[in-house]
Amino acid sequence: MSGLRVVSAGFAPTLQDFGRPHVQHIGVPPSGALDPVALRIANALVGNPPETAAIELRVMGPTVEVEAEAVRLALVGTGSPVEILGERRVEAPSHQSIRLTRGRRLRVGGLSDTGVAYLAVEGGFAVEPVYGSLSTYTRARIGGLDGRALRDGDLLALRQPAAAERAEQRCADRSWWSDGDPVRVVLGPQEDYFTADSLAAFFGGEYRITREADRMGVRLDGPVLQHARGHDIVSDGIATGAIQVPGNGRPIVLLADHQTTGGYPKLGTVISADVPRIGRMRPGDALRFAEVSIDDAETARRALEDRIARTIERFGPAEPWLDEEALYRRNLISGFVESTEAVP
Amino acid sequence: MTEDHSNFLAPPRFLSAGDTALVVEFGETVDREVNHRVMRLGEAARAATIAGLVDLVPTFRSLMVHYDPTVTSRRAVEGRLRELLTEAGSAPIVGRLWEFPVLYGEEAGPDLEEVAKRTGLSPERVVELHAGTEYEAYMMGFMPGLAYLGIIPKELELPRRNEPRVRVPAGSVAIAINLTNVYSLESPGGWHLLGRTPVDLFDLHRDPQALLTAGDRVRFRPVGRDVYDELKARMAAGDTRFDPVPQEGEP
Repeated sequence: MSGLRVVSAGFAPTLQDFGRPHVQHIGVPPSGALDPVALRIANALVGNPPETAAIELRVMGPTVEVEAEAVRLALVGTGSPVEILGERRVEAPSHQSIRLTRGRRLRVGGLSDTGVAYLAVEGGFAVEPVYGSLSTYTRARIGGLDGRALRDGDLLALRQPAAAERAEQRCADRSWWSDGDPVRVVLGPQEDYFTADSLAAFFGGEYRITREADRMGVRLDGPVLQHARGHDIVSDGIATGAIQVPGNGRPIVLLADHQTTGGYPKLGTVISADVPRIGRMRPGDALRFAEVSIDDAETARRALEDRIARTIERFGPAEPWLDEEALYRRNLISGFVESTEAVP
Repeated sequence: MTEDHSNFLAPPRFLSAGDTALVVEFGETVDREVNHRVMRLGEAARAATIAGLVDLVPTFRSLMVHYDPTVTSRRAVEGRLRELLTEAGSAPIVGRLWEFPVLYGEEAGPDLEEVAKRTGLSPERVVELHAGTEYEAYMMGFMPGLAYLGIIPKELELPRRNEPRVRVPAGSVAIAINLTNVYSLESPGGWHLLGRTPVDLFDLHRDPQALLTAGDRVRFRPVGRDVYDELKARMAAGDTRFDPVPQEGEP
């Protein structure tokens, strides 16, 4: 079987696509990529449909060996390079497609600039979908490989065992990625459970992502909020991006693996154009919130869609090498990729 | 969580949940009629064609409508739901009836004795009351395949445990406040465990994976250790099929 062998998994990488948001009515969380924008760009670089499942990396990437004739892959969402291991260790930049032949090992190291990044492969993975999705929800062991994160020794079967040679593509436009504007929030459904002072403090203050951050949600540190009508409600539905405030007054932004229903008041919801930005954040990152209307949120989402389409249209040619052998040669000649070794 | 009919005929509130979902809220309490209004709109919306609809999630007191904002808009979805509200009618909700065998007490129901003590009833009476009531699935949530079933007899009402358990086995039948449930998967939990059913309420390798859906009706039938073990062995051997009780008019 052709595939990618997980030599060393790193920090619990999972397969993620656009999730399964249509089965929340039986209690199954939507799951899916924390940063669907990066996933789409990664898929576009390797010529996949946007919703193809890729490996979602957090904190520390894996070491993977090619057990197929050739694969094309792209790392998107981090400035960290793809390290290609061998006699000479070379680095291929992220945000471009690369083609690697059988036996090559690649490694993605620590992700110091993002909460999440994606490693997409041309053709995607040959894994059985659950409710139409390969997304992994580890708490209930749904999707991915046996419902769990990847671990050492796994073989991820490929749909396409031999990626043909072609010009590689590069995404030079990084404007979709770094963005310091306030995170936009639509109030509701339970904004009336909070005092006016608390709403003012929420939108006026600065918050930080705490270490309690995972695929289910991120707990924020910042102004503590007061409930005006108690902190228990009769459970209702939860949308991705909901800002839930339990009894301690510390808000939690709920992300892809959120439960489908909950019994804490929800002050507002991060708009869909900004949810991927929360997914990208790391513990310690600062953020502010701004209130917007639903009309504004819909306009912002259209603007994001346009921006993604433009970014993909503007892909340019990658540095002119055809495969990793050429990368090696090129590296020896010009040292155009950063190497830890001195160029002879 | 008390009965409250003040919202009986009040029009629902349309609440915002960002740009990918909206909430149609019929009340703020656990109430059978409020829940039926939720369910009726849910059924009407499921039967209708709504462009960009992603999912409909009924809860105790509201319907969450998930939609794709790249296909539709809040205005369009709300407009369609308002039309459906006028057409939804007032027919009673009659869901499928399930009867789950339950081994009550001992290690299967480690809280039965304590519940008996705290309610001033005998353990036998607790079982009789719990198994003597037909419940409705007010909503799904917390985990895949878990239904919140209500309403339990008043004599059995207790707040959640002070110390939630880290591990509650799948199949555990539990009560808290005025509700009961069956833990569909192993998980942490703070409800009082009365017994256990051998039936897998959620099984990824079965079609359908989740047995219950909001609106279904549920009864519990006390069984002995022998019946429990036999069914458990059958399920473990891969025969996880379990059907609702046939209703009048059905073959």
